[in-house]
Amino acid sequence: MSDLLNRYGGLLTAIFILLTAFWLLMLVILPNIYLFENSFRPYLPVNEMGGPKDVYSLNNYLTFFKSPIHMNVFVWTIIYSSLVTLICFIIAYPLAYYMSKIAPDRIIPTLFLLLFVPLWVSEVLRSFAWFIILALKGPLNSTLLGLGIIEAPVRWIMGFRGVVIGLVYTYVLFMLFPIYNAIQSLDTNQIEAAEDLGSPWWRTHLRVILPHSKPGIASGAVMVFMLSAGSILVPTLLASTTSRWFTEIIQQWMFESQDWNTGSAYAFLLLILCTVFVSVVMRVFRVKLSDIAK
Amino acid sequence: MSAGVELDNVTMEFGSFRAVDNVSVNIQPGEFFSFLGPSGCGKTTILRMISGFIQPTKGLVKIGGKDMQGARPNQRPTALIFQNLALFPLMPVWENIAFGLEVRGVDKAKRRARAEELLRLVDLPDAADKRVSQLSGGQKQRVAIARALAVEPSVMLLDEPLSALDLKLRQHMRAELRAIQKRTQVTFIYITHDQGEALAMSDRVGVMSHGKLQQVAVPQDIYNNPANGFVASFVGENNILSGDITGEEGGLVSFATPSGTFSARLGPGVSKGAKARLFLRPEHARLSTEAGKENSVPVEVTDVAFEGNFISVHSVDAKGQTYISEARNDGSAVIPGRGDKRHIVFEGQHAVLLTGDISAKDVDE
Repeated sequence: MSDLLNRYGGLLTAIFILLTAFWLLMLVILPNIYLFENSFRPYLPVNEMGGPKDVYSLNNYLTFFKSPIHMNVFVWTIIYSSLVTLICFIIAYPLAYYMSKIAPDRIIPTLFLLLFVPLWVSEVLRSFAWFIILALKGPLNSTLLGLGIIEAPVRWIMGFRGVVIGLVYTYVLFMLFPIYNAIQSLDTNQIEAAEDLGSPWWRTHLRVILPHSKPGIASGAVMVFMLSAGSILVPTLLASTTSRWFTEIIQQWMFESQDWNTGSAYAFLLLILCTVFVSVVMRVFRVKLSDIAK
Repeated sequence: MSAGVELDNVTMEFGSFRAVDNVSVNIQPGEFFSFLGPSGCGKTTILRMISGFIQPTKGLVKIGGKDMQGARPNQRPTALIFQNLALFPLMPVWENIAFGLEVRGVDKAKRRARAEELLRLVDLPDAADKRVSQLSGGQKQRVAIARALAVEPSVMLLDEPLSALDLKLRQHMRAELRAIQKRTQVTFIYITHDQGEALAMSDRVGVMSHGKLQQVAVPQDIYNNPANGFVASFVGENNILSGDITGEEGGLVSFATPSGTFSARLGPGVSKGAKARLFLRPEHARLSTEAGKENSVPVEVTDVAFEGNFISVHSVDAKGQTYISEARNDGSAVIPGRGDKRHIVFEGQHAVLLTGDISAKDVDE
């Protein structure tokens, strides 16, 4: 704080702080409080708002538990988000290991650049790109057909297949970098010591490298899972018409039914239930919250 | 089961840099062998070639008579103790020690029993369930030794494992390592830049400089009969005088320096006409009140250090050449004062003429 004052003087410091406070308060905290408050109120015509029927209740939340279809969608959202997280881990771990322990230093900047370039394109465009790539007569199918790997075009955008592909592509870096940081902090001598004691590569990973990178894996997994479960763009574009992501139901409540109250309740349910799910998984894998914060 | 290690014309190049240059040495089974040299001399590279982390550019590494070409570290009968020990911080002590057995598929009860047995061997009987972070430096050291011994290696490789310890502990661990080596009869190959460590522990010492093996000998010979100027100057203190060999008489030669002409013996491979330096150990330089018949220089005392069991005196002659002389303190020694006029007197037999570079630490003298 005094650092900021010394460097920028009173006026600029005040502006910085006010802007940050405005952003935090007006654009993050207040809207959330507003939604939270609304999630306990019934959806009423305008002239009945504030009237005798406008009382707090848990009815909006109970709507979810009375609807097997919505609960079903929620469960599948959790399952597919978990699958996305798992696939991201399977892709990111070997890459993170390669980048932090095997790749020569001089190619690291190039690798990072290659990983970051796709992020320069907006998420919408990237998802549309996948929509095109995965289309029935799209480039992926024609390539695979041309190479003789498949005999008939594959319907990629079927069920949640397209969503999983799109989400993995969108969020894999959120898994990569925490793991990369974790493995990089491992003393290479420990890997060598394990090998010197006769350990084959897979056991060295299992006993030395993986346990060391557990906090990185955990924070990557939490991020990918939460982002996937909360994603609206990718499921909207890449899911088939019959499969719905939970966020799409929230969107329907809010924009198609115009029922912001139930929509808000669903949004908070998503947050709460995902947090519960993540906590349970963390307990199963014996990860502490403090490990992730490291 | 210990095995010998043979390096046969081993060369290691990193790009254009030659880290190890044509080294050949035959280390006997059960021997305690040290590679001694300053940092960057290639000794760690040798260790990594023996353990299999790098393959030599040229030459052969044989362990127990078997060529190790292409064998990975996990396929060699060696165990390496890393400079930073590289214990696994997330495993308790006993799992660290038993890791090599776990890899070999030994069941848990046997692993635990063996770990406890090894902990007794290294004198840490109660540490099995402790975390590595709860141990002191010396205790970690012992765990690292136990972990390496657990796989029953034929050859134990140690990369300056004592360098992180304080002096007292280091001296204690020297004796301990030596005792463990005698007990287990495993071949120990020890890397160090500490001459005291190498001389005190080893059966034989190989002195290295710039990737080349300068001399391989028993510790006494390394100290008493150094092969060249580098070995003499790296191991122990010296008075070093530059000059020319002028004549020969009865096994000794005369050596003309700016400070006078002295008689000295020729070191290995040194002949008349060679560019040599005279090396004289401080304990062979006597500080006398009277001039000697020969090999005597008048000097003025510049500094006196009373070390308890010996007295070290720095002095300088009329030409600016400095000298160090050491005398044992037998209780009756008269300690000279700064500015006193004395004579440095030595016997030709103790002054040796050697060629070759001198180590950086002695350059100022």
